[in-house]
Amino acid sequence: MSAPVLAVEGLGVRLRSDRGIADILDDVSITVPRGGTVGVVGESGCGKSTLLRAILGILPRGAEPPKGRILFEGRDILPDRAASARGRIGFVPQDPYLSLNPVFRAGDQILEIMRRHARGSRAEHKRRLVELFRAVQLPDPEAALRKYPHQFSGGQRQRLLIAAAMSCDPALIIADEPTTALDVTTQREILALLRGLVVERGLSLLFVTHDFGVLANLCAEVTVLYAGRVAEAGPTRDVLDAPRHPYTRLLLACHPDRATDLLGIPGTVPAATAQPGGCRFHPRCPIIHSGCVVEPPPLLPLPGDRAVACPWHADPLPETIGG
Amino acid sequence: MARYVLRRLLLALPALFGLVILTFVLSRVIPGDPAATLAGDGATPAQIAELRAQYGLDRPILEQAVIHVRQVLTGDFGRSIFSGRPVAEEIAQRLPATLELTFAALFLATFLGIPLGLVAALNHNGPVDHLVRLLSVGGLAIASFWLAIMLQLVFSMDLDVLPLRGRVDVATGLPPRVTGFVLVDSLVAGRPDMFMDALRHLALPAITLSLPGLATIARFTRSGVLETLQKDFVLYARAAGYGRIRLAAIYVLRNAVTLVVTQVGLLFGALISGAVAVEAIFDWPGLGTYAVQAILSADYKALLAVTMVVGVVYAVVNVTVDVAQALIDPRVAEDAR
Repeated sequence: MSAPVLAVEGLGVRLRSDRGIADILDDVSITVPRGGTVGVVGESGCGKSTLLRAILGILPRGAEPPKGRILFEGRDILPDRAASARGRIGFVPQDPYLSLNPVFRAGDQILEIMRRHARGSRAEHKRRLVELFRAVQLPDPEAALRKYPHQFSGGQRQRLLIAAAMSCDPALIIADEPTTALDVTTQREILALLRGLVVERGLSLLFVTHDFGVLANLCAEVTVLYAGRVAEAGPTRDVLDAPRHPYTRLLLACHPDRATDLLGIPGTVPAATAQPGGCRFHPRCPIIHSGCVVEPPPLLPLPGDRAVACPWHADPLPETIGG
Repeated sequence: MARYVLRRLLLALPALFGLVILTFVLSRVIPGDPAATLAGDGATPAQIAELRAQYGLDRPILEQAVIHVRQVLTGDFGRSIFSGRPVAEEIAQRLPATLELTFAALFLATFLGIPLGLVAALNHNGPVDHLVRLLSVGGLAIASFWLAIMLQLVFSMDLDVLPLRGRVDVATGLPPRVTGFVLVDSLVAGRPDMFMDALRHLALPAITLSLPGLATIARFTRSGVLETLQKDFVLYARAAGYGRIRLAAIYVLRNAVTLVVTQVGLLFGALISGAVAVEAIFDWPGLGTYAVQAILSADYKALLAVTMVVGVVYAVVNVTVDVAQALIDPRVAEDAR
């Protein structure tokens, strides 16, 4: 097996703000194999976005230098804030309406990315961009170069951003819930497009979502984050069919059809500045043991390439909860 | 875009017409009988009546209004009650001096204010930021006549590096008039010495006049940049690997200056009224000193003309600002439809 495209190893991100110190991510490890598709799933505030920002080198002000390593194609990109990997990592942001600057032509904004990270002249870049516009099925690709963002629909803008992510011949595509801002029919088209491109071009994908339905469709492997730590990881099918961490089990029990959003479990995700000691899930956990309050549980390897951060993962959940 | 410019121009017309009417009404409301002033203290009622007839002041008010509108439209502002010379001629003589001063001040305010605001925003809460904030509060709080005198004291009296007053040195003289702008005319005449002389004379009044504008522009640029930096598209651009300098100076600034451009339009009015005081202190032969003189001598013809001319300049500047805004942000022209 070849080296993974991306290996996040023991990543820790700590933010200092007026409200105190927050351990947004604690000892998070995720591996994206070459050609692999990995999903990261969790509720809002679990650290998904911070994980992406760390990989993309755009951690917010007030972040301490992160702990751990982020290996992209074998090189640690943490020290230079991902500058070396730009272009080789294509990023598809969450909100296509807000992610393009309204006062510049959309094409020029993508060409600027290419100017910095892709080889060739501007004319070649333009030609390649038109091809990409065709590949992402934008209507009238030639004219699209000259249009401003507000002249595109939401779905078209997300196609533009997918083209931008592809523009510098990336090895890895990182997508941050790229369909949440779109209506349902457009969502399906965009996801199908993204999957098609990734498969067709043999790219690797790191996909962040809170939607298990999307996850099952798109990603071969999944990592479940809770409050900045990995709760569970493994092949998507297996994790969805037989979740082991109480958190994952509750999530999936809440939504047996698995096609809906992660919504409620009793309680809420703790504030990042006030994480409970021990296992961070213990205040909401139905099978809490005295040890859970004391020490964070290690990530236990399980057969079948799985791992779970709960020593009580084999215990049944009480009937009354979650059903 | 062409449609948008046309629309803006057409919208300026009713405003200007309103100004014509308003200035006329005001000129009849202000106290003081111009004929009596002109005739002097010892004049008999008959002499005053004669002057009234001469200037058409004895006709029905509506007729006077119609005559006024007709005259303004043909650019004929009549003769000055004070000097007896055609007002249009006197204004044409003085307008370039004021425009030269206000444009110089606007230039300073814009091209110092925008970079200052940008640097302040990029060093949010840093020392530069505090300095710029202090400057922008100070710039608005300091009275221009005080600043003018202080600048004169330091640069003209103590250091003796810049002239105290006037537009050119008497010895150097004025270049042959082409545009009326000394900076331009001296270059046209191929006289760099005159250009430098004019520039030195322009320095202190322009700095004085520019300070409030500089403060405003720096502040609006700063807040515009800070606001834009919060936008998702900036985060996206950083993730996509835009260069730091390009991101700040072009990508963010263009959004931020849409706010600033509006301010420039508003500022221009303040600059022209501010020019009155500054011109008086620096003995600048512009419209401001002319207006002061007209007020003191109840020369309503001259005052009407000054008000009209300033109004037209203001309207032109604001149409320019609207167009500039549409050029910066393509959505502006489309929203206006």
